[in-house]
Amino acid sequence: MARPCSESSVLPAETYGARAWSGLRAYGHIVAMWVRSTMAYRTSFLMLAAGAFAGSVLDFVAILIMFSHVRVLGGFSLPEVALLYGTSSTSLGLADLLLGSFDRIGARVRDGTMDTMLVRPVPVLAQVAADKFALRRLGRIAQSVLVLGWGVYAAHVDWSPGRQALLAVTVLAGGAIFGSLFVLGGAFQFWAQDAAEVQNSFTYGGGTLLEYPPTVFAKELVRGATFVVPLAFVNWLPVLRLLGRDDPLGLPGWVDFAGPAVAVLCCALAGLAWRAGLRAYRSTGS
Amino acid sequence: MGTQDGTYAAGVPDGAPAAGEPDGGRGRASGPGTLVEPGGAGERAGAEGDFIVLDELEKVFRVRRKVGRLRRERREVRAVDGISCTVARGEMVGYIGPNGAGKSTTVKMLTGILTPSGGRLRVAGIDPSRERTRLARRIGVVFGQRTTLWWDLPLRDSYALVRRIYRIPEARYRANLDRCVQLLDLGSLLEVPVRQLSLGQRMRGDIAAALLHDPDVLYLDEPTIGLDVVSKATVRAFLRDLNAAEGTTVLLTTHDLTDIEQLCKRVMVIDHGRLMYDGALSGLHEVGESERTLVVDLERELPPIEGVVGARTVRVEGPRQWLAFPASASAAPIVSQLAAEYPLADLSVREPDIEDVIARMYTGS
Repeated sequence: MARPCSESSVLPAETYGARAWSGLRAYGHIVAMWVRSTMAYRTSFLMLAAGAFAGSVLDFVAILIMFSHVRVLGGFSLPEVALLYGTSSTSLGLADLLLGSFDRIGARVRDGTMDTMLVRPVPVLAQVAADKFALRRLGRIAQSVLVLGWGVYAAHVDWSPGRQALLAVTVLAGGAIFGSLFVLGGAFQFWAQDAAEVQNSFTYGGGTLLEYPPTVFAKELVRGATFVVPLAFVNWLPVLRLLGRDDPLGLPGWVDFAGPAVAVLCCALAGLAWRAGLRAYRSTGS
Repeated sequence: MGTQDGTYAAGVPDGAPAAGEPDGGRGRASGPGTLVEPGGAGERAGAEGDFIVLDELEKVFRVRRKVGRLRRERREVRAVDGISCTVARGEMVGYIGPNGAGKSTTVKMLTGILTPSGGRLRVAGIDPSRERTRLARRIGVVFGQRTTLWWDLPLRDSYALVRRIYRIPEARYRANLDRCVQLLDLGSLLEVPVRQLSLGQRMRGDIAAALLHDPDVLYLDEPTIGLDVVSKATVRAFLRDLNAAEGTTVLLTTHDLTDIEQLCKRVMVIDHGRLMYDGALSGLHEVGESERTLVVDLERELPPIEGVVGARTVRVEGPRQWLAFPASASAAPIVSQLAAEYPLADLSVREPDIEDVIARMYTGS
C-alpha cells in the first residue's frame, strides 16, 4: 500500500471515449459476476430459463389459436404476423437481456444501494445496466428467433441481400429503441420512484402491441406508437416494406428506413434524460 | 486523551464553529472560527496541508408534503447548515451525532454522492460533486449496513472485481490483499460464499474491499454496529494499524463511544446540521458534563453509600446502588475506596450514551 501510487493512478481528464470504454469494460466485468452468481444455483437457472422459453411460447400460441378461427388478421397471414412477432419480440428480448434492470432503480433509490454505485470510478449507467444481469432471458430470445426464422421461411418475400440487411438492421435498431425506452424509464424513476410500471407498460406493453399488424388497431393508437413513442420504427414500418404493403398512416416511403436514425435519436434523448435524472438525484438525495 | 483542547461551540451564534486542533494539531493550526482563506487550502491539498476542507458547507432539501387533499406544502430542511472544518492528512476523526443530525448527508457530500447547496468543499484538492469519478479512485467507502460484496460468490471473487473496476496493478493488488487478509483474519474465508459469512466477517470483508485500491481517505459508516466484542476489537486494531502504517485519513461515523475512545484523537459532534463540538473526546465529556455510572451490587441491603470521593449515589434498589461520577475521572480510586469500606458482590461501569452527552450540551448552554 505504498502511497505515491494513488497520484499516478488518477486518470487524466476523461474524454467521452475513455468514459464509454471504461463503462463497457465495467459492464462486461459485472455481467460476468452475475452470470457466475447465477451458476451457483444451476438447477434454478435451468428451470427459470426453460420457464422463460415456455412462457413466451404460450405468447405465440395465443396468436396461433386466433388464426385457427380466422384466416387473416387485419389483412395479414400467419407467417406475416410471425415476422412481426419475431422482429418485435427479438428486439425487446435483446434490450431486456442487455439492459433489463432499469426498473429496479426506484427500489435502489429507496433502499439507498444507489449510493454504492456512485462511489465507484465507473459510469453509473454501466453499473445499472449490468445490475442483476439475467442469462435466463436468453430463453425468450431463443423462442423469438425461432418464430422469426419460421416467418422468414414461410412468408412470401423474395429475400434479396438488401431485404436481409433491412431485416437485420431492423432487429438491432429495434433493440436500441427499446433499450433507450428502458433507460428513459429508469431516469424517470429518479423523480418518481414508483414509476417502474409506467416504464414497463411502454416497453413490454409496446412489445406486445408490435407483435400484431398495425391494421388491427385504431388509427389514433398507431399514430401514438409512431410519433409519440416511436415504437412503429421498431418493426411495423420496415416489415410492412419487406412485405410490400402500405402503412395505414400513409407516410412517405423513406420513413421505412428511418429505424436506425430514430434509434440514434432515442439513445441521445435517453442519455440526456439519464444525466438529468442522476443530477436530480445527486441534488436531492433519496 | 488527557488534554482538553476542544472548544465548545454550542453557544456560538450563526454556525461559526470553533476548530480545536487535537493534541497540538497535526494540521495547520487555524484559530477558532477562522478556517479557510479564500483560494487557500484546496489547491495546496495533497501536500501536508488541509486534506479535507469544508467551508460553510450547506445542504438544503426541499421537501414536498401533502397537506389536505390536493394542496402540497413546500418546506426547506437544512440538513447541513454551515459546517466549516479542516482535516489534515493522516488524521482519524470520529463524526458523531444523533440520528438525523446530518452525519450521513455530510459524508454523502464528501464522497460526491450529493451536490452541496452552498459553501465550498475539497477532498484531496478535488471538488467531490464535480469530479466524482476521479475522486472515487482516491477514497474508500464502507457503508456499515449495506455490503458491496457479492452474496452468492466466494469472497475472493468480490475482490477480483474490485481489482478490475479500479484497474489495480496485479502486484499491488496481491500485496494489499495479502496484508488485509492477514490483519483482518480473512484467510480461511476467501473461498466461502459471502452469504455464509457472519456479520462480523462480512464487515471485515467489506473493509478489505474498500482498501484494495490504496485510498487516501477511508469513510466508515457505523463500522462496528451489530458486531460482537471480538470482531469489534479486530476491526479497531486494524483501523489503528492502517492509520499508523499507511497514514490513511479515516473518517468514521458511529454511535459507539468506545470506537472513538480507542481510535480517534479528534471527535466532531454534529446536531441539527451544525457542528456543535470539534476537539478531543475528553473535552467533550468535560463540556457535556457527562457522567459514567458505577453499578454496585452489595452483599446485602444497606443505606445509600456516602462519603466516596468524587462520586454520588443516584439510585438505590435493594442491594444494588448506582453511583455517578464524571466521565473524565478514573473509576479506580472510587472502586478501591468502595472495596475497602463496603461488602461488594459485583461491580460494573456504564458509559454515557452519545445522546445523553449531547442532550447535556444543550441543557448546559
